[in-house]
Parts: sequence; C-alpha cells; structure tokens
Amino acid sequence: MTTQKDFVKGNEALALGALKAGMNAYFAYPITPSSEVPETLAREFRSPEYPEFKVFLQAASELEAINMVIGAASTGAKVMTATSGPGFSLKQEGISYAAGMELPILVSNVNRAGPGLGNLGPEQSDYFQTTKGGGHGGYKNIVLAPNSVQEMAAFPGLGFSLAFKYRNPVIILTDAFLGQLKEDIVFPKIPQEKFETPWAATGARGAERHVLASMHLEFVDQNIHAEHLMSKYEEIDRSEQRSEMYMTDDAEIVLVAYGIVSRLARRAVNELRAKGVRAGLFRPVTLSPFPAVELGKLAEKGIGKFIVVELNMGQMIQDVKLAVGGRASVELVHKLGGLLPTSKDVVGRVEVAVR
Amino acid sequence: MTIAQEVAAPEFEVKLGRLTTLTGKPTHYCAGCEHGILTRLVANAIEELDMREKTVYVDSVGCSVFAHEYFNTDAVQAPHGRAPAVMSGIKRMRPDLLVLSVQGDGDAVSIGLLELVYSASRGEPITVFLVNNGIYGMTGGQMAPTTPGGMVTTTTPYGRDTKYTGTPMDASKLLAGLEGPSYVKRVFLPVSPIGSTEMYSARGPLEGAKSVLNALKVQMMGGFSFVEFISTCSINWKMSVLESKRYSNDVLAKAFPPGLFKDKFGVEKK
Ligand code: SF4
Repeated sequence: MTTQKDFVKGNEALALGALKAGMNAYFAYPITPSSEVPETLAREFRSPEYPEFKVFLQAASELEAINMVIGAASTGAKVMTATSGPGFSLKQEGISYAAGMELPILVSNVNRAGPGLGNLGPEQSDYFQTTKGGGHGGYKNIVLAPNSVQEMAAFPGLGFSLAFKYRNPVIILTDAFLGQLKEDIVFPKIPQEKFETPWAATGARGAERHVLASMHLEFVDQNIHAEHLMSKYEEIDRSEQRSEMYMTDDAEIVLVAYGIVSRLARRAVNELRAKGVRAGLFRPVTLSPFPAVELGKLAEKGIGKFIVVELNMGQMIQDVKLAVGGRASVELVHKLGGLLPTSKDVVGRVEVAVR
Repeated sequence: MTIAQEVAAPEFEVKLGRLTTLTGKPTHYCAGCEHGILTRLVANAIEELDMREKTVYVDSVGCSVFAHEYFNTDAVQAPHGRAPAVMSGIKRMRPDLLVLSVQGDGDAVSIGLLELVYSASRGEPITVFLVNNGIYGMTGGQMAPTTPGGMVTTTTPYGRDTKYTGTPMDASKLLAGLEGPSYVKRVFLPVSPIGSTEMYSARGPLEGAKSVLNALKVQMMGGFSFVEFISTCSINWKMSVLESKRYSNDVLAKAFPPGLFKDKFGVEKK
C-alpha cells in the first residue's frame, strides 16, 4: 500500500489513513455502508507495517464499541471507531461521556439516508446530530467533512491531532457515496504524532492519581467544568475554522456545499461560468466549528445570494444564515432519500435566482 | 444456609486501620449497607496484592457511582451499565493493569447486561463485583431484574407479579453457563449490626474477603472473574437494618443461593 498511486474505496482510505497516522486501537460494530472500515483494519491487524496498531476488536453492539473506545482512550491511546446513521445514534451516549470526560476520540459517520433505518444511499441528514452535540447535555464535537477519497485518507491524521490538542471528540462526517467511491489517490505523508497524555488513567504512581469523570455532584463544580468546556469550544471556534473557496473573488452568487455535494456544486459553478453567470463556491471543511468568519466576509463584500446545496431538508443552511447575518438571501437546493441532485438541477436553480 | 456458622480463620491478612488504597473520605452509603463493607474488602485485596499503583477502578452508575472518591487509585467513570465495556477497552490497551468495578444489580443485570455478558463471554481479564440487593438503590427503590417475586418496590407497589414482569434474573448462573468466565461465585455478605445478638456472624465478610482476593488473582492469571454479593438495601426495602439482614437471609438468599459456580484455575482450593 505504499505505491505512488492507490485505487481505493473511501472507506478503505479512511482505515488506512488512520493506520498511517499511528492509530493504536479500533473497536467495531459493522454497519453498511461503512463496513469496509473494520474489514480493512481486520486485514491489516498485526501487519508488521503498523506496529502501533495494538487492538482490533469487534464488539457486540455500537454501544459496547464506543464504550471500549472510552476505555482505551482513557489510557491515552489513539482510538477510532466508524459507523453509519443508526449506529451513530447508538454511539451518542458514549460521545457525550467522552466530551464530558475530555477524551480524545475519533468517530467516523458514513451518513446514509434516514430517519430510522432509511436506506443505504447517501444523505447529509446527520448534520445536526454531529455538529450540534447529538447526545445529552451541552457539548461540541469537532466535525471534519472530507469531499474526496484523498481527504478520507488524510483526515484521520488531522482528526487525531485535533482530538489530542483539545482533548475532545472529533467526528469525520462523510456519506455513503464517499464511503463507497473508488478514486486514484496518493497516500499523504502523515506524521505519526506522539501526544503527551499526562491525564491518562494508567495506574496511580506515588500520591498522584487520575480520575476521568464527567459527573460533578456539586452544582458549583459542574458549573466550573461546563464553563471550562465552553471556553475550550470558543478557542476551537477561533482557531480551527477551515474552508475552501472557488471562484468567489468576483462572484455575484455563491453556492455553499460540503462533502460529496461540494464536487457537484463545483461542476455547477463551471457550467454557470461557461454561461456567463459569475458563480462561486464556498466549501466548509470543518462543519464544527462552522467557518462563519470566511463566509461572513463574502456576505460583507456584497455578494447578494447564497444557494446552499445539501442532501437533507436543510440543516447547514441555518449556520449559513447565521454567518450571512441577513446581508444576503439564502436559498436551499436539496435532494433526499439517497439521491443526489444533478449539476443541471443546481444550474437551473441558480439561473432562476439571478434572473 | 444459616448465617450463624463458624468459619476457619482466613489464610490471608485482613488489615486493620487506614489502608493506602482508600482515600479516607467517609463513604456516602447508608448505615448498614454492604457497599461500605465491599469497599473495604476490595481495597484490602488490592493492597494484599500490592497493586494500588497499577489499578484502574471503573465507576458504575448507581450507589457505587462515587466509589472513585474512596479508592485511592486511578479511576474512570463509565456510562450506566457500560462499565464492563469500558474495562475491556482499558484492559485491551494495558493488560498490565488491574481493572475492576463494583456494579449494582440494576446497572449490571438490567441496562448493562449485554456489556456484562459479552465481556464475560470474551473472557476479558477484568473483574466485576455485583452488589445484589434486589432493588434499584440510588434511583429510589424501583423494581430491579433481581427483585424477588412478591417484593414491594415503588414500581411494584402490590408486590412483584412474576407472571406479568418475568422472574428474577440470575446473573451468576447466566455467566456460569458461558464458556468465557474463569471464576463465578455468589456470596452472602450481610452481618447483623453491632450490638445485636441475633444472627451475628463474620462469615459473610470473611467469605467475601476471600472471594474478592481470589477474583482479583484470577484476573491477574488472565481470566474473567465475577462475584455476586447478596446484600441489603434497608433504606429502599423500608426496613430496619436488622430486618433487612433477616429479609436478605430469608428471601433474597433463597432466590439466589450462594455457591461457587465456576473456578477454572482452582483458586478456591489453593
Ligand atoms: S440506597 Fe440502598 S444500596 Fe444504596 S447506599 Fe443506601 S442502602 Fe446501600
């Protein structure tokens, strides 16, 4: 797997990217369309190429898997689990605890159509669940949204970095399309970062002991903890907003899309430009923190129209509206049920909007 | 069984005075509750094995949720019922550590049964101590999976109707039926209060102390160990401490007879 170019599925790239970033443990409960992640890791487990990969374990449920993640992460290890929609719901309890205990865990959600069992097609309807907490209590995940197999390979390394830097859950939000998509990629050189974990629970030496807990019975203590978490989230918001722009410099109308949809939107921008419409694309790379500063600047510059393209009933559009702050109109183009809009759908909609 | 049986002197040391494995913080457990006794027995065994600096205690949810305040060891707080899964994760990463939890019956046998059964089935080298008092303690006395038929709880105010709610769940028998566990035992823990002449015996705690030590030894030998302690909850049973000990002996221990269900390594004979 160290050749110059590899032709791999998104899910395989995610698994291999995590290994190349020095992942120590993976706990799994298989669910379509994310099952190639544990399958790839099971194949590579005990391979001399990945000496840091100490544990691969299939759990009896998503609940068990995420709690194994909590246990392993408590020892300071680099741990990941991957799942899809219904499994992600089951992991919410554990993710809330990990946020409360300030554990650096990495979870990937290959979003499929919903609600409920839905189907195995792509959607982006887990946006709220990943970016707005998702489990009980107030907390924030860091959410990364790759848009290519190349980024599927690169983001686990970035995810671990951010997770350990802030001692916070990081979610890689992808979708059934990207998980199953095969592309030519070059595996990025990922530094196997070693993180200091003086907080880990690995046996008390001397008088010092570590307690990793989310519960503070005294209201005052819980308040102190919550305020600490909040200031951490503010710091993340200030420092970690990531986005990409395409042809926005002279744009009169800007499409906003993330993940696989951003590629479709980019194509629509090209088609619109060929027709003489000055269209541009804003692509959030981090969905949480939402890149509101850069998007806000576009609205400030006087771009009057934003069209949000999403595979849901309109979820990210709320964050876009907040960033735009009433300075421009914000409209939605969407598709549901595992279907993708075509670039023609998007172009048609933009043409109506600029008319 | 009757409580008032004499037992031979233990072949291990029960330390008196302050243990370094305890923080010294007074426990919040109600008067006469076996949680307090078990805390002491567990700390004693960790100290006997000289493992204080290599122990990670995993908090369960229920009356033992604050046990990390008492054990002077590293600790991790698990979600409700999930302690065995959290312990599995810790132990898989760090097999050199001693990893254990004290769970109540609501935590381990109801909401966390899957986590308990599967960690046992995999034979994870971890230890679960189960406090079985047949009721939800911390939540205020609702029916537990272990509530005996006929027992009054806040959610079975006319007595538990087992035809309607099912019969009590026997965790020891369930786990003993699996291939994975190495040590499964059920012990009667209560003693009557100091000052009462009725039913007084140290048998329970002595047997308990031995079982705790054996369970931790089994973990260090690489096996899954589980000890269920028949206990009381006088507060939620709405009984005096003495009455609760009597009920525990007469009713709970009848529904869940003590015994050694599994001992793969033969630690009981050694
Ligand atoms: S509520 Fe019951 S189990 Fe809990 S501490 Fe009190 S007596 Fe013990």
